[in-house]
Amino acid sequence: MAYRIRRLILPLCAALFGTLAQADESIVLASTTSTDQSGLFGYILPRFEAKTGIKVKVVALGTGQALDTARRGDADVVLVHDRPAEDKFVAEGWGVERRDVMYNDFIVIGPKTDAAQVKATKDVVDGFRRIAAGSAPFISRGDKSGTHAAELRFWKTAGIDPKAWSGYKEAGAGMGPTLNMSAALGGYTLADRGTWLSFKNRQDLEIVLAGDKRLFNPYGVMLVNPAKYPHVKKDAGMKFVDWITSREGQETIAAYKINGEQLFFPDAKN
Amino acid sequence: MLDTFLEALSLLGRLDEHVLAIVWLSFKVGLSTVTLATLIGLPLGALVAVASFPGRSIATVVLNGMMGLPSVVVGVIIYLILSRSGPLGGFGLLYSPPAMILAQTVLVVPLMAALTRQIIEDAWREYANEFRSMRFSLRHTIVSLLYDCRFSLVVAVLAGMGRSLSEVGAVMIVGGNIEGFTRTMTTAIALETAKGDLPLSLALGMVLLSVVLVLNAGAYNLRQWAMRKYG
Repeated sequence: MAYRIRRLILPLCAALFGTLAQADESIVLASTTSTDQSGLFGYILPRFEAKTGIKVKVVALGTGQALDTARRGDADVVLVHDRPAEDKFVAEGWGVERRDVMYNDFIVIGPKTDAAQVKATKDVVDGFRRIAAGSAPFISRGDKSGTHAAELRFWKTAGIDPKAWSGYKEAGAGMGPTLNMSAALGGYTLADRGTWLSFKNRQDLEIVLAGDKRLFNPYGVMLVNPAKYPHVKKDAGMKFVDWITSREGQETIAAYKINGEQLFFPDAKN
Repeated sequence: MLDTFLEALSLLGRLDEHVLAIVWLSFKVGLSTVTLATLIGLPLGALVAVASFPGRSIATVVLNGMMGLPSVVVGVIIYLILSRSGPLGGFGLLYSPPAMILAQTVLVVPLMAALTRQIIEDAWREYANEFRSMRFSLRHTIVSLLYDCRFSLVVAVLAGMGRSLSEVGAVMIVGGNIEGFTRTMTTAIALETAKGDLPLSLALGMVLLSVVLVLNAGAYNLRQWAMRKYG
């Protein structure tokens, strides 16, 4: 009996593991939920893969987590949106060849009833003050993402310590779950436009504030330093960095639209 | 609520190859995990049931306790081990199906071993004197008991398969939920929920449930057939 089982199991294991192994050239791209869940990667990556034959494996995390993943050497390329954290990452020698890629903007989302009257202002810091003075909660990402970092900068500029306010709730989650929570609680939140446009469970939420130039949200790409981690796929990774900042890559980013609305605006300096 | 449910049902009607690929990957990872975990967990459970060694009751408690091991914890530990800066980083296994199989095996082995221990211990009580009088070696005893209890042990294997197919914490962390490569049914459901696409995540949930039910029905029938044939 034991031999019969062994004869059956070994080829089974071999077959299963065999099909799981992949020989194609690939890179791991640590990026943010905003670029992945908005559908941008689903649109632009097949074009890159068709051109170069390099498969891009996207691991979508918050910006802080994506940079940490790269610091541990678990990614080849990083595409994130938190300029101060990116500069620190490069200055510490973890990343090289940092380039601007594109931008979109943050927007303040809130319930249609807008009890805190955020719609009455065009100034994001004033809007944050109004939210903190109101009764509706504010749902923070609370996950060290680029959006979370931007939100904390606005609170700081407003001179408010959000943690001292009982209406401040940290979701500790990605943009989507945070929006789900805001919808359920009738609260305000800071979101990136891309995720908002592709988000489906909006219920009573809408944009209550947009257009302040401080809501500008730039994305940068960089290669994980091959001098720190020799296994980093330098050539394939650089091909991606070069392509996404090339004219073709930039035009592809600009061509991605949801319901006729452009989500990301290319701004690489060629 | 009802609308979401009805929309989910209509989505089931047009499952594309994309979704089927996700189901297939879940299935492959689950089957590999259970195969490995069966080879490790069943003998381990039987050993704890039969062998007398100091600390046997502690081993039993630990095994039972580890049935409730949170999958996220296993995920983080395996992540740190497989990370490029971890001890096994040189293999470059992180964010790949083998990493997912490894994490799930760690998760499922205690569950299957604990269930096996319970089943084998009950049988052992019945046969202990008989086996002793025949002077069976420990190895021979374990093999015979596992063979005798094979129909009951199907439960342990099914429990392992169920846990493997339904857990999301470990595969998310060590697999990375990479589209077309490490995205399973559970991580896809988590992703669609995050995107606010509740009908699609519910539809995927129904697929997951159906797969688990079909597997269980298959195992049940196999067991009935085998019991009739071999008694």
